[in-house]
Amino acid sequence: MGAVAFDSAASIQGSHLVEFENVEKIYRSKRGDVAALQGITMHIGEAEFLSVLGPSGCGKSTLLRCLAGLEKPSGGDIRVGGKSVSGPPHNLGVVFQRDILMEWRNVIQNVLLPVEARRLRVADWRERALQLLELLGLRGFENRYPYELSGGMRQRVSICRALLLNPNLLLMDEPFGALDAMTRDELNIELQRVWIEDAKTVFFVTHSIPEAVFLGNRVVVMSPSPGRILRTITVDLPRPRDLSVRETPEFGAYVREIRTLFQEMGMLRAR
Amino acid sequence: MIYRSLKVIPVFVGFLLIWEILVRSLNTPSWFLPAPSVIFAELGNHPRLYLAQSFYTLMTTMLGFTAAFVAGVILAIAIVYSRILENTLYTLLVSFNSVPKIALAPLFIIWLGTGLQSKVAVSFLIAFFPIVIDMVLGLRSTDPDALNLFKTMHGSPLQALIKIRLPNALPYMFSGMKVAISLALVGAVAGEFIASQSGLGYVILTAQGMFFTARVFAAILVLGLMGTILFYLVDLAEHLVCPWHVSHREEEAAVAARG
Repeated sequence: MGAVAFDSAASIQGSHLVEFENVEKIYRSKRGDVAALQGITMHIGEAEFLSVLGPSGCGKSTLLRCLAGLEKPSGGDIRVGGKSVSGPPHNLGVVFQRDILMEWRNVIQNVLLPVEARRLRVADWRERALQLLELLGLRGFENRYPYELSGGMRQRVSICRALLLNPNLLLMDEPFGALDAMTRDELNIELQRVWIEDAKTVFFVTHSIPEAVFLGNRVVVMSPSPGRILRTITVDLPRPRDLSVRETPEFGAYVREIRTLFQEMGMLRAR
Repeated sequence: MIYRSLKVIPVFVGFLLIWEILVRSLNTPSWFLPAPSVIFAELGNHPRLYLAQSFYTLMTTMLGFTAAFVAGVILAIAIVYSRILENTLYTLLVSFNSVPKIALAPLFIIWLGTGLQSKVAVSFLIAFFPIVIDMVLGLRSTDPDALNLFKTMHGSPLQALIKIRLPNALPYMFSGMKVAISLALVGAVAGEFIASQSGLGYVILTAQGMFFTARVFAAILVLGLMGTILFYLVDLAEHLVCPWHVSHREEEAAVAARG
């Protein structure tokens, strides 16, 4: 069964690739300070898939951006591979909610952008780009332009781009939020497959409870602003998980637990 | 695009026919409103005159436009990357934009004489503003998340400019260029009105002095043709350089929807 939840961030086997220590983020403005994040202490292990779940405005995207080196925390420390983050960490893959493809480049040119950014030889990476496109079901679309693709396909391209240089840390900020439910399910399965084949550490932000439980090894549940960690839940379901696992009682137990947590916080009632 | 323009021709021909009929039936004097047949006859009788003078005006326009384009793009990049320039030069440019630039033409005549340079200067000055302003807008409208994403890829700021900001700004640049090419022509003609011995503006002015209205109309016709061709050349360039731009896609979708 294993629907065990515990309050503090318990350690798991393996080394910790990412460590958050008492991270705080305060946005100062003339109208007063807004605390986006408060006392975030947690870790992510090597090759772990961590789901970060919370309602809108809970600071989970802020946390992702701090980890990506795009924003500086107001307090506390974030360490990747033992080193404090002070700018984008080395070997990172990022996927935002919007695909952010360059409309003037075709699919394979978009995927190869990280190679150009690092001033590596494009020819060396072309084969891998094509393999990734194939892995994500986009074979034959290398020379198409983004405007010729559907939303789901465009997001798949941005995932290929994030994976191109084999990052050891993959950050995803509600990557499937703008897609329809069926495409979302499809991409959940594909993402899991990609993660199983090519073990990476994933920091996956979402506001969907089932998605967080389906994809994650652990789920960090955050409170609304100021964002704190309410609970960290270990999802003890076997891999690979297919969509039917969502109908099992074990899955339901996890989802119920999280939903109850949100209700206790008065979040769901407020909608 | 060309198909739609061809549809104008029957309308234009109809307009000319009505004009011809009106002039003949009302017997309006030729110095006031000549008939289209008289205007076309004038054009046909002096082809070399119009060709030579058009060439002069065209040269002025192209020189002024090219200078405006080069200076405009460079300045726009400088303004976006320099806080100092943005606060000083850009603010100056925006406020200076409301001064009717044609009013400055006599100043250029004083400074640069009555030759080609002063007219190119006027043409340049009028065409310059829309290019800078639209280009700055285009560079500033880059998606911040695109730039952030590029940062996580460890790309340099120069690469960000060349690979992300500039391509993104191209549609805005072409928008400014389309306005600028028309204004460059206006500037050239305005300069010729004030002090010139060549060009279509000069032709119009001298014809006006002699009340040779048919020649005035003929020159206006040639100018209109020149302006239209120049505009469509920029439009064609935009289609070739930015085929991916949304406006073009919408155009195709609208054409497809009309069936």
